[in-house]
Amino acid sequence: MIALATVTGAQVGFYLLVIIMVIAALAMVAARKAVHSALCLATVMVCLAIQYAVLDAPFLFAVQIIVYTGAILMLFLFVLMLVGVDTSDSLVETIKGQRIWAAIGFLGLLIMLLVAVGAGITAPDAGLTQANSGGNVQGVAALLFNRYVFAFEATAALLITAALGAMVLAHRERLRPKKTQAELAGERMRRYAEEGEHPGPLPTPGVFARHNAVDTPALLPDGTAAPRSVSTTLKLRGSIHDAQTLAAPTARTLRAIRGDGTVQGLVEPGEDHLIGSGATPSDIAASGGDEAGEADSEAAAVEQGATKQEVEQ
Amino acid sequence: MSPAHYIVLSVILFTIGALGFTLRRNAIVAFMCVELMLNAANLALVTFSHSYGNLDGQVAAFFVMVVAAAEVVVGLAIIVSIYRTRRSSSVDDINLLKH
Repeated sequence: MIALATVTGAQVGFYLLVIIMVIAALAMVAARKAVHSALCLATVMVCLAIQYAVLDAPFLFAVQIIVYTGAILMLFLFVLMLVGVDTSDSLVETIKGQRIWAAIGFLGLLIMLLVAVGAGITAPDAGLTQANSGGNVQGVAALLFNRYVFAFEATAALLITAALGAMVLAHRERLRPKKTQAELAGERMRRYAEEGEHPGPLPTPGVFARHNAVDTPALLPDGTAAPRSVSTTLKLRGSIHDAQTLAAPTARTLRAIRGDGTVQGLVEPGEDHLIGSGATPSDIAASGGDEAGEADSEAAAVEQGATKQEVEQ
Repeated sequence: MSPAHYIVLSVILFTIGALGFTLRRNAIVAFMCVELMLNAANLALVTFSHSYGNLDGQVAAFFVMVVAAAEVVVGLAIIVSIYRTRRSSSVDDINLLKH
């Protein structure tokens, strides 16, 4: 009970933060994906900012959040997106026994630093009430622009050099002149003449009764999926819906309606291959407003109604 | 809270950062571990500032932050330019000087 009575709010806060920080730091090292590591690092940095506030450093509290979590971590995330989120580490040890030696080194460094840095605390905690009496920001500014003014000016040179260096490193020299719009159009027509490649825009993705997203392929007039109507990136990732399964419920409904005989007149005999492709671009292009097109749109209207019925059931 | 608590926390964070730097092969994650070590050093500086009762430690922590910002900018630019030529961000693949 005596021990409980001496526990203060500051101590509880400190230990809660310590638990979060150490777990987040370990998770940063252990996380397989780099984005998760960045998230854990952000947690550690925000918790550190709170520790600075507790340690009477309100200026550093703000700078920690603005510069570290705001600027530096966003830069990390930008580069992660540039380099590719999917690049995860290989788990093969290239150096034999690397993990064991790393663990031994971890323990050794921990003990050595604890003894060495811990010996730096000689006097009892003086506190910053006197130093912060004129305001923390004013106190830091007085030191920065008097005693440390040359170091401050050196950081200006450092920042300019860093910005220039980043620009030089990230710059890519253009090896050949940029193509104009006329040249691009000429190339497209030449490809059409020589290889028969379609010069117009690619077909849009399919519009089905219940799906109309970029990952649903459009159907060609013969009922097969149009391969160029979906992005190759999505195709490589394997997140493309199968067009036939999407069209299947509509086809079932249409067949059921035809079985009733109520809308027999509207559905043409050879219409089976158009089922489910009510609004695909190829259909619209094929039926420019003639009689067949009217029949198509009627069939599509029936299809929509039928789908509603099915949903109600 | 005595300053020893904060120093112990700072040392733990620093060694976790060092452990990650030796273990991880992804250049960006290794770089994040370096950032963690810098942050741990900052915590020690701020703690000593509080312990000795003057603001010099906080000014030093501020300079560490400035240098870290510059270092991150250049380091990430190097990682991006290496990725452009070698299509990899693993530190194992960067052994061109060996051959």
